[in-house]
Amino acid sequence: MNDPLPFRPAAKGTQPLHDTPAYGSTSKRHPNAPLLAFAHTLTETTGPRFAPAHFPALADLSVARGKSALGERIIVAGRVMDEDGRAVPNTMVEIWQANAAGRYDHPNDQHDAPLDPHFHGEGRVFTDAEGRYRFTTIKPGAYPWRNHPNAWRPNHIHFSLFGTGFAQRLITQMYFPGDPLLERDPIFLAIPERAARERLIARFDLGLTEPEWALGYRFDFVLRGRGATPMENT
Amino acid sequence: MPQATSQQTIGPYWHLILHPEWADLTRFGAAGEQITLTGRVIDGEGAPIMDAAVEIWQADPPADAHFPGFGRAPADDAGRFRFVTLKPGPVPGRGNAWQAPHLALAIHARGLLRPLFTRLYFAGDPRNEADPLLGAIADPARRATLIATPTAAATWHLDIRLQGAGETVFFDF
Repeated sequence: MNDPLPFRPAAKGTQPLHDTPAYGSTSKRHPNAPLLAFAHTLTETTGPRFAPAHFPALADLSVARGKSALGERIIVAGRVMDEDGRAVPNTMVEIWQANAAGRYDHPNDQHDAPLDPHFHGEGRVFTDAEGRYRFTTIKPGAYPWRNHPNAWRPNHIHFSLFGTGFAQRLITQMYFPGDPLLERDPIFLAIPERAARERLIARFDLGLTEPEWALGYRFDFVLRGRGATPMENT
Repeated sequence: MPQATSQQTIGPYWHLILHPEWADLTRFGAAGEQITLTGRVIDGEGAPIMDAAVEIWQADPPADAHFPGFGRAPADDAGRFRFVTLKPGPVPGRGNAWQAPHLALAIHARGLLRPLFTRLYFAGDPRNEADPLLGAIADPARRATLIATPTAAATWHLDIRLQGAGETVFFDF
């Protein structure tokens, strides 16, 4: 039997460390023992199959209960590729986010900002044959959290992606260009390499922007590639 | 060469994408030996992780239109999670090896900047002895952190300890 091609390890500095003291919630939740490395098997190189009929698309978050949500309407779109330059088609992309006032429609969110009866904040689509996805939503507001004095999360949209193998599972956050909170955010700053961090910032895209309707932001994803670690330029 | 996108925490509000029925992998009519998996997610002080998302993936039985092979469940106020799925059989390993029946688990939570990956095996399965991954864990107490124990008919339990005494073996994935 041919062994499945393993996924490559992450490039140095591109993934956050489990133990990140500036983000207080990591202190009792990060493992102390070294992580166990092993060669990927079918369990890691294969992944979920979601029949689209069972997982209906929710591509427009900007309308709920028949009316438009408050806030700045935006289009968020992009492409899911892997490190080998291959498109990742037909893969589930989930998003969730706060409303324009910086409040989640979630019982644990007690931020003193208004809920919007016409915004819930959940989206789900599958990429097309070229790996493309697209949502219409509302630009989320910043909100305070209690990590440190006067701590505020930058505007962000949460993303969940699956890819073709379980070892490609990706949970991340998309940020917005020009946000002054980014350089003060320990979650964003937990990624050691600046270039990797900056790839989490969407790009304003006039081509995606729909006249008289919504601003466009492009946000592309790269999932892990397969095979041996390529030689790095040093 | 492009580099893989960085992970960020799932945060405390991921329940916006929670659909409780996803914890039942048999809901689309999959046929086979149904089992219930239970457990708790616990932090370094023994406190329940009440906002964790637990995900399972199994390569066997093969996923198809009736069996997604994947489930997601929330931890409750006591850190407890629960899945209903089909009992996996052995899965090919690398080379000529076979792996004992197991599931992959991903733990996501506020305070986890990237997922923690582990596995769930079944106590008493004689194939555990020859499983390459279990065999790579020298300390029997550490190995036991991956092995669910039966608590009732067709029901298996595994606690996930993120840190400290009895810390689960997590993978450099």
